[in-house]
Amino acid sequence: MRHLLDTRTLSRDDAIRILDVAEDMADTQGREVKKLPTLRGRTVVNLFFEDSTRTRISFEAAAKRLSADVINFSAKGSSVSKGESLQDTAQTLQAMGADAVVIRHGASGAPRTLATSGWIDAGVVNAGDGTHEHPTQALLDAFTMRRRRYGSASRGRDLAGFRVAIVGDILHSRVARSNVWLLSALGAEVTLVAPPTLVPQDVSQWPARVRFDLDEAIAEGPDAIMMLRIQTERMSGSFFPSEREYARLWGLDPVRFAALSGDTIVMHPGPMNRGLEICAEAADSPRATVREQVASGVSVRMAVLYLLLAGERAGTDTKESR
Amino acid sequence: MRTRTVLHEADITRALTRIAHEILESNRGPDGLVLLGIPTRGVPLAERLASLIERFSGEHVATGQLDVTMYRDDLAHHPTRSPRPTSIPDGGIDGRVVVLVDDVLFSGRSIRAALDALGDLGRPAAVRLAILVDRGHRELPIRPDFVGKNLPSARSERVNVTLTEIDGVDQVTIAGEGE
Repeated sequence: MRHLLDTRTLSRDDAIRILDVAEDMADTQGREVKKLPTLRGRTVVNLFFEDSTRTRISFEAAAKRLSADVINFSAKGSSVSKGESLQDTAQTLQAMGADAVVIRHGASGAPRTLATSGWIDAGVVNAGDGTHEHPTQALLDAFTMRRRRYGSASRGRDLAGFRVAIVGDILHSRVARSNVWLLSALGAEVTLVAPPTLVPQDVSQWPARVRFDLDEAIAEGPDAIMMLRIQTERMSGSFFPSEREYARLWGLDPVRFAALSGDTIVMHPGPMNRGLEICAEAADSPRATVREQVASGVSVRMAVLYLLLAGERAGTDTKESR
Repeated sequence: MRTRTVLHEADITRALTRIAHEILESNRGPDGLVLLGIPTRGVPLAERLASLIERFSGEHVATGQLDVTMYRDDLAHHPTRSPRPTSIPDGGIDGRVVVLVDDVLFSGRSIRAALDALGDLGRPAAVRLAILVDRGHRELPIRPDFVGKNLPSARSERVNVTLTEIDGVDQVTIAGEGE
């Protein structure tokens, strides 16, 4: 694996490989000494042009647990605010000897530009670009689902027959996009539930069904229900009349939570707007996987960095030694 | 290129039986023993040794497997390796006598990685090394405590261990230019 830019081009076998390596990484995270020496001497740059706390610290923790050196770069207070271009920033990082760049950018496609431009040799990991994709979030969601379903026997398995309802702002959500591609590659059945104004126009091309009524989706008894955050920062127009109306029609309130079948898991990529898309009863119940998702995130990102950075380099010999 | 079989099924069984006795002898019984196999073929070897030790001593011996992939110093020289699971028996390894079990000892680098991995899991009272085939060419000051067979080899030759549990047949072969 050279880069991780999206889940759309990820095959079932590639996805299962990442999830299986993540299982091994998760095993090491229960130990007294959590740090592995694997990526000693490698440098990972977190290049964040958009605000993020949990994704950035998750990548930072993942890199540090593998003994890589981490350089954090955020656009605020950097030369980017003086008008530096992505190309110049990238070439600066190249000159500093970055081995991997974890990039979050407001423009869809920025990670691909970075990976294919020839500005840098480093591996590129997409940590969220505009409204395009957020592949590691989808991988950690799939990892969490697989663990909840198969427990310690998860290795090597896909999510065939697993039914997932993704509820909320599909239009602006890169998490929803990445999940649709990854979950369908893994054999899961995805249903998107959203107000008509928050469904993208090209959704008929996606491997997912669309519903406009949350109660109908709940009545079908999905195996997992994923509540998306209402992203006020991306909402330039008015997509629904008021937050109260959204909460009443599309929020997972106590009544809907009680109507969910007993083994449905409740997922949320965070940060949660309690009382808007998800009620406190659902968020704090044992069926909620919010904190598991955070822990899975570190394991999955360790797996991705490992697969990107640990392998063979061009020009090195491949002598067998044991 | 010629291939020759150096150990057959009966030879492997005999070697393991002797190693099991030697482990019991040097440890003065089965107390505190933990057998950790190094994937892939060290794992079934560790299990076979444990069941032999159980048969001779009448006491249960803990086994586990120790993956060393993440601790290797040659990761950048190979295509990306997939790590294997590590499983440590209940009770951990603190204060116990850990016997590392692997199929072939060559450069010693896997064992160096295994020692580092062990250090992250606990502090054993002692670490011993049991090997089915020692083919020489060490690159580090590492020496096995229990050896199935010393097999002088040329660097260019390939020593191949197959085991019933994984490959369907028990044998050790050596392939290379030969005489």
